[in-house]
Amino acid sequence: MINLWPLILEHMLIVVVATVISIALGVVLGVIAYWVRHVDTVIMWCAEAIQTIPSLALLAMLMIFFGLGNTTIIAGLVLYALLPIVRNTYTGLAGISHHIKDAARGMGMSKLQRLIKIELPLSFPLIFSGIKIAVVNSLSIAVMGVLIGAGGLGYPIYRGVQTRNLERILNGAIPVVLMALIFDYTMSKIEQRLIKRAR
Amino acid sequence: MNFLDFIAGNYIDIQLSLLRHIELVGISVLIGMMIAIPVGIFLSRHKRMSGPVLAVAGTIQTIPGLVMLGFALILFGIGRLPALVVLSLYAILPILHNTFTGITQVDQSYIEAGRGIGMTSRQILYKVELPLAMSSIISGIRISTVYIVSWSTLAGLIGAGGLGDLIWTGLSSYNSNYILAGAVPSAILAFAFSGLIGLLQRMLMPRGLRGVRV
Amino acid sequence: MIKFQNISKSYGHSIVLDDISFEIKQGEFVVLIGPSGCGKTTTLKTINRLIEPNKGKIFINGKDITKVNPVELRRTIGYVIQQIGLFPNMTVEQNIAVVPKLLKYPKPKWQEIVHNLLELVDMPYEEFAHKYPSELSGGQQQRIGVLRALAASPPIVLMDEPFGALDPITRDSLQEEVKHLQKKLKKTIVFVTHDMEEALRMADTIVFMNRGKIIQMASPEELLQNPADPIIKSFMGRHMENENNAPKLLAEDFMRTKVLKVPKTSHTLECIELMSRRDVNSLIVLNDDDTYAGTVTIEAIKAHGKAGREISELLSEDAVTIHRKEDARQAFDKLLASSSNYVIVLNDNRTVAGLITRTSMAKALGEALWGEMKS
Repeated sequence: MINLWPLILEHMLIVVVATVISIALGVVLGVIAYWVRHVDTVIMWCAEAIQTIPSLALLAMLMIFFGLGNTTIIAGLVLYALLPIVRNTYTGLAGISHHIKDAARGMGMSKLQRLIKIELPLSFPLIFSGIKIAVVNSLSIAVMGVLIGAGGLGYPIYRGVQTRNLERILNGAIPVVLMALIFDYTMSKIEQRLIKRAR
Repeated sequence: MNFLDFIAGNYIDIQLSLLRHIELVGISVLIGMMIAIPVGIFLSRHKRMSGPVLAVAGTIQTIPGLVMLGFALILFGIGRLPALVVLSLYAILPILHNTFTGITQVDQSYIEAGRGIGMTSRQILYKVELPLAMSSIISGIRISTVYIVSWSTLAGLIGAGGLGDLIWTGLSSYNSNYILAGAVPSAILAFAFSGLIGLLQRMLMPRGLRGVRV
Repeated sequence: MIKFQNISKSYGHSIVLDDISFEIKQGEFVVLIGPSGCGKTTTLKTINRLIEPNKGKIFINGKDITKVNPVELRRTIGYVIQQIGLFPNMTVEQNIAVVPKLLKYPKPKWQEIVHNLLELVDMPYEEFAHKYPSELSGGQQQRIGVLRALAASPPIVLMDEPFGALDPITRDSLQEEVKHLQKKLKKTIVFVTHDMEEALRMADTIVFMNRGKIIQMASPEELLQNPADPIIKSFMGRHMENENNAPKLLAEDFMRTKVLKVPKTSHTLECIELMSRRDVNSLIVLNDDDTYAGTVTIEAIKAHGKAGREISELLSEDAVTIHRKEDARQAFDKLLASSSNYVIVLNDNRTVAGLITRTSMAKALGEALWGEMKS
């Protein structure tokens, strides 16, 4: 039995880095979509289009630009994670009641102040559920990193497939599935609490 | 060698891979529909079973594609059959999920009206619930199809053929021409399927339902 | 026509219907009313077996409905619900024709039905038949909902708060239309509402329910006059109050009681003197027993009177009289229509109670509107 911990940690690290970048990028794009008229459809369409591209095709094309290694898989995960985060940020911001927005405006808040003090906090529960979807998907997609020279739990799985060794596949697969289920479960709990508190 | 020259030179290969790919997607989505829609209807009649069944289907969905293909490879060996089994399995969940929620989310008042004027439960299903859930079911098929176009590229790994073969060749030989020759058509295929099914969805939507929440 | 025999229904420990028995006659418009949770909707739904009672039997035309297949049963009973429930994927025509089609009517027959029914509610076939429910207003949708229930000409129609979600104006006109349709088509209608006004307006018979029991079953008039239970009174609160708040104003509320009266035996000179002293030009004349005899005017005395004669010869009976308990409106109408300046108000025994003049009327109206007036 090989020591799995370094692989698990690397897998996690890849997902965490990718998620952090995609949150930053996704929220900014969501805000732009919310602020700028007509841009919203363009941004949403792009995010959806990226999601439609087959993952292997996207990763392979990214490899042409970024070469072999973790950078490529992180870039791929960021692109895939954009849609849920952008979409939820946008719908969260757009869905805030007009009364609240008017009240904030009436108190003399600037556009940026309204965003940071009122609108983003209010749409946080929805943004969080976007992040949850992104993380759970990323944990699973990150396995494909091995095909483009990245580390993580994809490695034992791929070796297992190549050698037709079920035990090896399971060595990688079980931690991946468990991680996905655990993240899904705990983040869903947090999500429910956020939604409850927002009421 | 420049990409266009490459395409010209390997035109027949690429075309064959594309057709193979479409075939894989078509067959597995069809099998997925044939399983998922009846099961989804069944679950909507027996809601108590829906929780566990949907949870199992959801867990299957979180198993990475590479792992599933590995299982299939060990169980069934190399070739199209293991790929079709895995792909059909993946095709089930979104359709199942959308069939179930589509039917259960039909407003209770329509069902009560149907019962109240003397429809049998079969008539309520065919005349009321399924038409109202149709949009949701088709959108499940659309999600499934886009997934399967994606997973099918992976199936090249276990010898299923299709555009994945080209990408694999490209990845293992660092040949960007092969990568692009597989990746670009597969992306276009995904867009085309998604767009066509979206169009179908809009065409099948009765006029009365447009712009109305059911 | 519909007979409830000891119907009970409970869910777990909560009793929804508690041994209910009553009968609905053919062609009757019966309204079930009561506070929420009283069991009115449950009662309604037992008729078409959407809810099966735990105990008791329901007979329609003497036939135990549990012996009839529920689907067949429902096709012979119209059903209208508050949420309307028109199928959004079907056109108006398809919605109306649902039951006739279920009953396998041939196409020309159900088409004719759709035509006729739409005509009945003034919704032209050409304009509406091919629209979808989402293209209609709420009131139009519920009209179609009612037509759908009538399409297979069921003798019985059940309506579960059908107008609850409509705005007051639309509700008014639909109430009228349904009442009209019911009379015209001679349907037996069982109608659930929580709106007493609606019940009073529509019902031949009101069944008032509370906590799964029938408290009173009576005509609207009877219910208003003799509510059997305080809860009915409180339910009608608004209506009872209305009657009190805008109390019926009677003639006596507007009369002034200080009136110049003279006996028939008075002499003309006395009268002229009295009239000039009090600055009036007519007097009320009484019989010996103080009952009203007529009036005498200054003109009559001047024209025909001779000094020292009794006024009985000059008596005029043209003056308008009214009983003191009569509606004030009538007094006003009479006053405004008559050429004289007053109406004489009489007691039961025909003695004079008072007089309504234009001034007294104006004063009393002012007081009714703004309170005590300075004179």
